Formats: sequence, C-alpha cells, structure tokens
Amino acid sequence: MTGLLTPWEAAALWLSLKVALTAVFAVLPLALGCAWLFARRDFPGKPLLAGLVQMPLVLPPVVFGYALLLLFGRQGPLGGLLYDLFGVTLIFNWKGAALAAAAMAFPLMVRSMQLALEAVDPDLENAARTLGATPPAAFVTVTLPLIAPGVLTALILGFARALGEFGATITFVSNIPGETQTLPLAIYSLAQTPGMEGGALLLVILSVAVALAATLLSEALARRLPVRSGADRRRALR
Amino acid sequence: MIEVDITARLGAFGLEAAFSVTETTTALFGPSGCGKTSLVRAIAGLQRPRAGHIRVNGVPLFDAARGIDLPPEKRGIGYVFQESLLFPHLDVRANLLYGRRRGRAAPFGLAEVVRLLELEPLLDRRPERLSGGERQRVAIGRALLAATRLLLLDEPLSSLDARRKQEILPFLERVRDDLRIPAIYVSHAMDEVLRLADAMVVMDQGRVVRAGRVEDVVNQLEPPAAGSWRRGGAVLRAVVAGHHREWGLTGLRVGSQELSVPAIGSPPGSWLRVRIRARDVILCMGDPGPVSTRNRLRGSILSIRPPEGQGPDGPEMDVLLDVEGGRLRARVTRQSVADLALRPGLSVLALIKAAAVEPGAPAKEHADRTGPAPVPGKG
Repeated sequence: MTGLLTPWEAAALWLSLKVALTAVFAVLPLALGCAWLFARRDFPGKPLLAGLVQMPLVLPPVVFGYALLLLFGRQGPLGGLLYDLFGVTLIFNWKGAALAAAAMAFPLMVRSMQLALEAVDPDLENAARTLGATPPAAFVTVTLPLIAPGVLTALILGFARALGEFGATITFVSNIPGETQTLPLAIYSLAQTPGMEGGALLLVILSVAVALAATLLSEALARRLPVRSGADRRRALR
Repeated sequence: MIEVDITARLGAFGLEAAFSVTETTTALFGPSGCGKTSLVRAIAGLQRPRAGHIRVNGVPLFDAARGIDLPPEKRGIGYVFQESLLFPHLDVRANLLYGRRRGRAAPFGLAEVVRLLELEPLLDRRPERLSGGERQRVAIGRALLAATRLLLLDEPLSSLDARRKQEILPFLERVRDDLRIPAIYVSHAMDEVLRLADAMVVMDQGRVVRAGRVEDVVNQLEPPAAGSWRRGGAVLRAVVAGHHREWGLTGLRVGSQELSVPAIGSPPGSWLRVRIRARDVILCMGDPGPVSTRNRLRGSILSIRPPEGQGPDGPEMDVLLDVEGGRLRARVTRQSVADLALRPGLSVLALIKAAAVEPGAPAKEHADRTGPAPVPGKG
C-alpha cells in the first residue's frame, strides 16, 4: 500500500492515525466520566452541561477552531498557562490537531457510552456492593464489562470523527505538511493544486475505506450491547 | 438479635420504623408501598436513614448519633433483590463466588449451598439461559455465600408465578432449617409468612404497627390486613408427631395435646402452622360422649367478643381460647354463650371439624394450590 503513496501522502496518513488515536484515547476517561454523570446523577445545571458537551457538534468547526485559537494560543488564557506550567505549546503542531480532533469526537463518545450505561440496571452495582465490592470495584467488575461494547463503539465513532476533522484543525493549527496536515487537509491541498487531482482521489478512497471499516465494526459491536430485560423494567420501589 | 430504630424519607408519609427481634427468620409484612423495601435497603446500607440506629447482634451498622454508617460492602449482609440481578456477563459459578472473591466468607461453603439449592447442573450456565425460578435460586445462593451477618430477602418470589413460587418455597425452608442464618424476609403474601417465618413485623404507611411471634401477631391482626386466609379463625403452631399410614392421617402435637390432619409429607419433628376457622370449632363443657369429631383441644377462654362488623346484640360471638400458649377461635351463637355460661377463664373442650395445614408440607402436595384451601373434615 505504501508503495502506492508518495512519502508526502504516507506522512499525511500516518499523522492522521496518530492524531486520531491520541485524541480518542486521551479523551476517553473524561468522556466516560461525563457519560456516567449524565446517565447516573441528577445535579443542577445538568441540561446546561449537556448542551456545552454538544457544542462541537452544532458549532461550525471554523468557529470552534477559532475559539480554540483564542483559548490555547500562546497569548490565550489556557495556552499561556500550559506553556508556563509544562512548556507545552499546542498551536501549529500535531498536539493541537489532536486537541481539535478530541473536542470534535467528545460529544459522540459521551453519547455512545451514556446510552450503554443507561441500559445497565444501576441496582446491579448495588448488588455487587452488598456482596462486598467497593464502588470502584463494582464499576470495574460489573458495569464496565457490560458497557464494553458501548465503549468500543465510542472509540470507533470518535476515531472516525477525529480522522475527518478539518475546519477546526485548519483554523487552529494551520496546514503544515508533516506536522498538522492530516488526510482531509492533504486532500484539500491536492484538490487546490492543478494536476494533483489523482492523488486527492487516492486519499479520498483511503478515507472512505477507513471510515467504512470503523462504521461496520461499530455496528457489529452495538449489537452485543446488553439489553435490559422486561423484568428489570417492571422493577419498582415498594 | 436485630434492632432497628430509624427515620427516613419515603414518599408522602416518611419512614419511621422501630422494632427488635431475636428470632432467626423474621417476616417484614405489609401492603405494597408501606416502606418495606426502603427499610431493608436502609438495613443493607443502600439507602441512608435520616436518624436512628441499626444493630445486628449488637454490632452497629448505622448509628446517626455516633456517626457510624458502614457502607454496604462492610455490612456482611446478603441481599436477595425482587429481580434476581444476577451479573449477566458471568456464569452461575462466578456469580455465586462473587462475594467470596471479595473477602466475604459466610459460615457455609459453595459445595453446601450448591447442594442445598440444587444448583449443580446450572453452574456453567449464563443467567440468560436460566428460568425465572432458577435465577432466583442462584440469587439466593449468591447472597447466602456473602451473608456473614444477616440475609435480606426482598420479596424474592414476587416476580414469579404461583407455580414457580411453590418450587422455590421448599428451598427457602431448607435454607432456614439447615443454615440457621438470621434472615429478614419481606413479603405481602401471608401464606409465605406463615410458612417461613418465626417472627413478623407488620408495617403500614411507613410505620411498624405490630411485631412479635408470627402466631401472636397473626391472631391479633385485623382481617383486612391479614387477608382472606383468616376471616374469623386462628393459626396454631404444631409439631409433626407421627404419621398414621393406615388411616391416611398425620398426628400433630399442639403443646401436650394431639391433632390429626390428612396425611402430609413433613418428617416427624418438623414444625408447621395450622389454620383453624372459627366456624369449624365446637365448644363443649365436659365429655361430649361418642361423636365422630376426633380432634379435641382443651383450652381456657380468654375473651368473648362479637365478630368483626357485628354489634353486641347480633346473633354470633367469637370466643378466643388459649391452648397451651397457642390461640384458637370459635364462632358460636350468643344464645350458646348464655346457655353454657361461657366466660373468660373457663376451661372448655374445643371440637375441631376441619383444620387446614398452611405451610410446611412438601411443595408437590400443594403445587396446585396458590392460597389456603379448607381440608375436608373428618366429621
């Protein structure tokens, strides 16, 4: 396959995979925590927080990317803090691209894991606790195995979304080959260059193949989600 | 010894429950929505009371005044939920051993519980491949293996149909008789209470209205609360004395006296409860002479009252007897009370035409019966 690709195209593919994988795995614990909050807890401001989590889905990506630029630029409040504390700069490098991709994948991942959590009877954890499990042990030994298909679905959907990120990435970290030029950005560049349409088509086919594989895998896993039994639905406090 | 005195939030009326029992198996009885489940969830540590204390054998599990509130995993209480709540991703064996793998060591082992509940053929199955009754049996086993202090059963039969219930009841009896673990059994079904419990706590609208030995409590309950099974009658505790195969009868001992009922399968020495309707009891002063009724219990009159819903000038009276600590009720005409000069303290002979054996008999003899039914008399 790599024989078909120029080093420049291979770099775009490799960078895309690195950015997308980093993004989904880095954001997974936060997304799981959010999903758990939405599925299991009621607190003031829950609708507001749920709305904020959905923002990357509803805002135009360019707007979101510009917001990231303002926040995480060297002069931005968060970017300045990151640099002062850890010497980390996000702007114009692949870590920034991963941040943009993570933010865009986040709402999809939260939603997918929230649905999985809502299908698990919370009293299963209570049963585990009466049998001697601490709350973290009950979560890890009972709930987590039961939502595993949902977590995998979240990873795959998030990965596909991260792979396709364009608007926020190009606004936030620009289009630097080998550094921030992921597949969509490379396709965009090729499509803009006269005579390079063939290369663009190859990358397009590559993107379609990766996205299709991810979707098929997620469908197969979704079918294995635990289904709440009728008896559990009838359960009422007496 | 289980001591509970708590207040908790519960619906419109709030939960204010106080009782203490020393018996091994205690039934928590009352209508739906009276707070039974909230109370057992508080005992298990799944719901936090506002105030009060919960102690089991002197060990405080919760004590608001002393700031004690053990989490559920530290209480040593096995909990059988209304729905079995087996872990769907684990097979039966792993479900049973879940508590043991987390440091809970009940005084009985896996082998004993598997034998008692006949779980051997199910061990390698997933919960989705079990019937409702099998699931509940596994849930009982799982809770037992984690019960170091107390077993809570929250209407474990309520999700099963009548036939499955009758299949599970003998297992619960075996657990009670063989393992002797203190247990609280929540139910709104009087037949289950009569069959399983030593003591009972009656709840209504979040409050404990009565607590004590099952016979004592049941014989005081108003008919609406007790359900159709009582309707002018009483429950006696009896021990199986022996079987008379040639007559098809089983002899039961009530104190030092004997009562015969149509043959049942319970082994000699086991106890059970007998329901005797007030209308089936004839009171007799002195020797009745040659009559066909063989069941005779001597007792002394405790009280004479008009039956429920009838004024003092009505035709009938209910006579409550003490039979060596047990209770018997006879419905006679007011005229008979006057003619025989019946009065509290008087010793009388009660002739019993029919007695319905409520609990204790093996399930196969009762499989076709969901509620109490009168047993044909021998008159």
